[in-house]
Amino acid sequence: MVTTTEITPKLQVKDLTIRYGSHTALSGVSLEVMPNEIFSIIGPANAGKTSFLKVLNRMDTFNSEMKYDGKIFFNGLDTRHLRNHYALRRRIGVVFPLPVGLPMTVYENVALSPRLRGINNKAELDVIVERCLQRAALWDEVKDRLDSLGSLLSGGQQQRLTIARALSQEPELLVLDEFSIAVDPVTTMRIEEVLKELKEEMTIILVTNLVQQARRLADRTAFFLNGECVEMGITEALFSGEAKDQRTIDYIEGRFG
Amino acid sequence: MNSEMFIESDLNRTNKRTQALYRTLFIIMTLLLILPVVIILGTLVYKGGGIISIDFLFTDPINGMTEGGIFPALVGTLWLVSVALLISVPLGVAAAIYLSEYAADNWFTRIINLAIINLAGVPSIVHALFGVGAFVIFFGFGTSILAASLTLAIMTLPVVIVSTRESLQSVPYAFREACWNMGATRWQTIRRVVLPNAVSGILTGIILEVSRTAGETAPIMFTGAAFFLPYLPQGVFDQTMALSLHLFVVATQVPNVPDALPYGVALVLIGLVLLMNSISIAFRMHLRGKKKW
Amino acid sequence: MTTQSNQLASFDQRDKEWYIDKAIQIIVFMSGISAILFVVGIFAFVTMEGFGFLLKDFSISEFLLSPWWEPTDEDEPTYGILALVAGTASVTGLAMLVAVPFSLGAAIYIGEFASGKKREYLKILIELLAAIPSVVWGFIGLTIMNPLIIAVFDVPVGLNVLNAGIILGLMAAPIMTSIAEDALKAVPDRYREAAEALGATRWQVIYKTVLPAAKNGLLGAVLLGVGRGFGETMAVLMATGHAINIPGSVFDPVRALTATIAAELGETAVGSTHYEALFTIGIFLFLITFIINLTADLIVRGIRKQ
Repeated sequence: MVTTTEITPKLQVKDLTIRYGSHTALSGVSLEVMPNEIFSIIGPANAGKTSFLKVLNRMDTFNSEMKYDGKIFFNGLDTRHLRNHYALRRRIGVVFPLPVGLPMTVYENVALSPRLRGINNKAELDVIVERCLQRAALWDEVKDRLDSLGSLLSGGQQQRLTIARALSQEPELLVLDEFSIAVDPVTTMRIEEVLKELKEEMTIILVTNLVQQARRLADRTAFFLNGECVEMGITEALFSGEAKDQRTIDYIEGRFG
Repeated sequence: MNSEMFIESDLNRTNKRTQALYRTLFIIMTLLLILPVVIILGTLVYKGGGIISIDFLFTDPINGMTEGGIFPALVGTLWLVSVALLISVPLGVAAAIYLSEYAADNWFTRIINLAIINLAGVPSIVHALFGVGAFVIFFGFGTSILAASLTLAIMTLPVVIVSTRESLQSVPYAFREACWNMGATRWQTIRRVVLPNAVSGILTGIILEVSRTAGETAPIMFTGAAFFLPYLPQGVFDQTMALSLHLFVVATQVPNVPDALPYGVALVLIGLVLLMNSISIAFRMHLRGKKKW
Repeated sequence: MTTQSNQLASFDQRDKEWYIDKAIQIIVFMSGISAILFVVGIFAFVTMEGFGFLLKDFSISEFLLSPWWEPTDEDEPTYGILALVAGTASVTGLAMLVAVPFSLGAAIYIGEFASGKKREYLKILIELLAAIPSVVWGFIGLTIMNPLIIAVFDVPVGLNVLNAGIILGLMAAPIMTSIAEDALKAVPDRYREAAEALGATRWQVIYKTVLPAAKNGLLGAVLLGVGRGFGETMAVLMATGHAINIPGSVFDPVRALTATIAAELGETAVGSTHYEALFTIGIFLFLITFIINLTADLIVRGIRKQ
């Protein structure tokens, strides 16, 4: 009796609508993200992509303007009424487009999340810091200056530091929002390779404005436009002419956005 | 065409002249504000500088306070300031953390802000009346260092709250968001990221508060400071002399004081206050030069 | 499969950090509301001590309108604060005459004309001036201003409205300068640029654009100066001459509300009518400064909303 329907989706979103005051940022989105897949969301600016990511880890609790309707299940658990939002966020690593290196050493930036979880053993932290920096393709550049300020690295380095920090959470779900904006093409390719490896350990949601990046990496892709999910499907199918909606085809082929 | 240009440049010249005139006027006004104070400070130094010595600072007043030093008043001010800080710093920093990190922007927060503004605006003598009514009589502390320091602490609380809040707010919001996204609680974020980057600014504010507290006279007159005591305080339930009140006493209440004595006391008091302020300012300048983001 | 999902969902537990965060939130919240508590407490305790006077002897018209403050009169003590109000008002009024033009002028110079290092140093200097304790100002009034006024104006005594007014003016000016400068700084640069693009000189820009735009903030600065003048104690105690008097000229000595409390509280028995009357003056001062500060805050908040 083993059928695919019995696998709990990592993330299940039902009829999600997000509002800031009277402004609607996203309306009526439903989707499922399965464990160990790379799910990408493409679409132009103001499509509601970033708002969507913010409610996934319930960052709306820090913004009194932001309200959402609909249901979100993480590991099958409704995240509307959590007893501990922090525990949810610890399981979701987030990388935002504008990199934020915290004003502490590179080492402490990556060791922060483990420390928050109560890991204080130096040897253990050393291992985590090196592994995460390696994976984020930053280790070689900073291994000799782990005690310089993370907030004073270059933009591209800070972005990779942010990725390393997200990985240090050992997340079940990794969310990347246009991570390649601040990174050069070569590094972008390196990180993309890492993401393919990470897929074995975690689920990845990749929001990107680079259509080809979605094509290279994602198992499935959703197209957001003006706060709506226009179309969703197997990435390869969408890109090989099976997209049903004309707007999706236009966007993929670069006619707007 | 030529004549038109000429007229315009003439107009320009008049404009430039009025501008220079106003500029000079405002410079003079600024100087008139500052110069009297410089002259006054010079007079204090001229008339009181001679009396100041190690002996003056470290011996007791004698002969009905007409001779001797100011040691008990210095020690008393140290007591009053220390105890007041022990109360106002934790309370003020916590209140500022609430306002900066937890409070929503609603009517309740506005009432707290209004209360802080009013607390800073209440006349010092009314603070003194409050200290008498609440701490000396109602809570039964009597006229004591504790009662006086509590009064001072409440009076200077707005200084701590406002300067701490400013320091906390100067830490960019993006750092907080980054931490929250990692699953840090608000407190973990404050302790690991916000406070370490605001602590020097908070210290600057505290030094400023020391200066404010040391200079206050009215709030301690009836709550814990005494005109003259032949011994040093042994604990917070004792009365004490204080530098600011001592200046008032030797300047107005004691007959046959030699001229230089009150000038010397004034000079020590103002020196102490300006020193604290200068340290605070220097500290602030130093911080501004050291960018961490 | 259901067991797996249950196990996966089991993260939603409150842990140690969650409880620490909650506890801290409660502690800082309590500290935050302590400010409200203190303001209410000040009013409550001062009223409590002055309550007896309000009950037994209080006639609001006599208290406010009688010029006779004779609490120690053996036959018939009277408690009228009119002369004291006149003392406070005359000193504060003169102080504002001194301080308003100069602090406005200084604020305009520092905020609009001075630049770079000069501006920085002036601001530091103004900050240092604001730090001089009021008892030192009083001492200056007593020892430096007093003989100066006697010599310059050929009057018998130099402790009077003029002396205290100048002292209070010098005291209030630095604070008013820095608040006024903040108000000028709050005017967006695009206002200045727009006016300059039309060919206006710096002074025209200030006079026609910046000052009107900063009007409320400047008014707030003046009001805070007034509030400070009303509440100042030690300087006016030492420099006014301390004689109960409705002044006819600036050379008359007067006595201020605050100074009366400071001078007499030590000599009264706790709970006596005189003692209670002094606390009633305290209530009066509290209410006046409360209204002034509230108004100043509303005016200043008004500009921020624009």
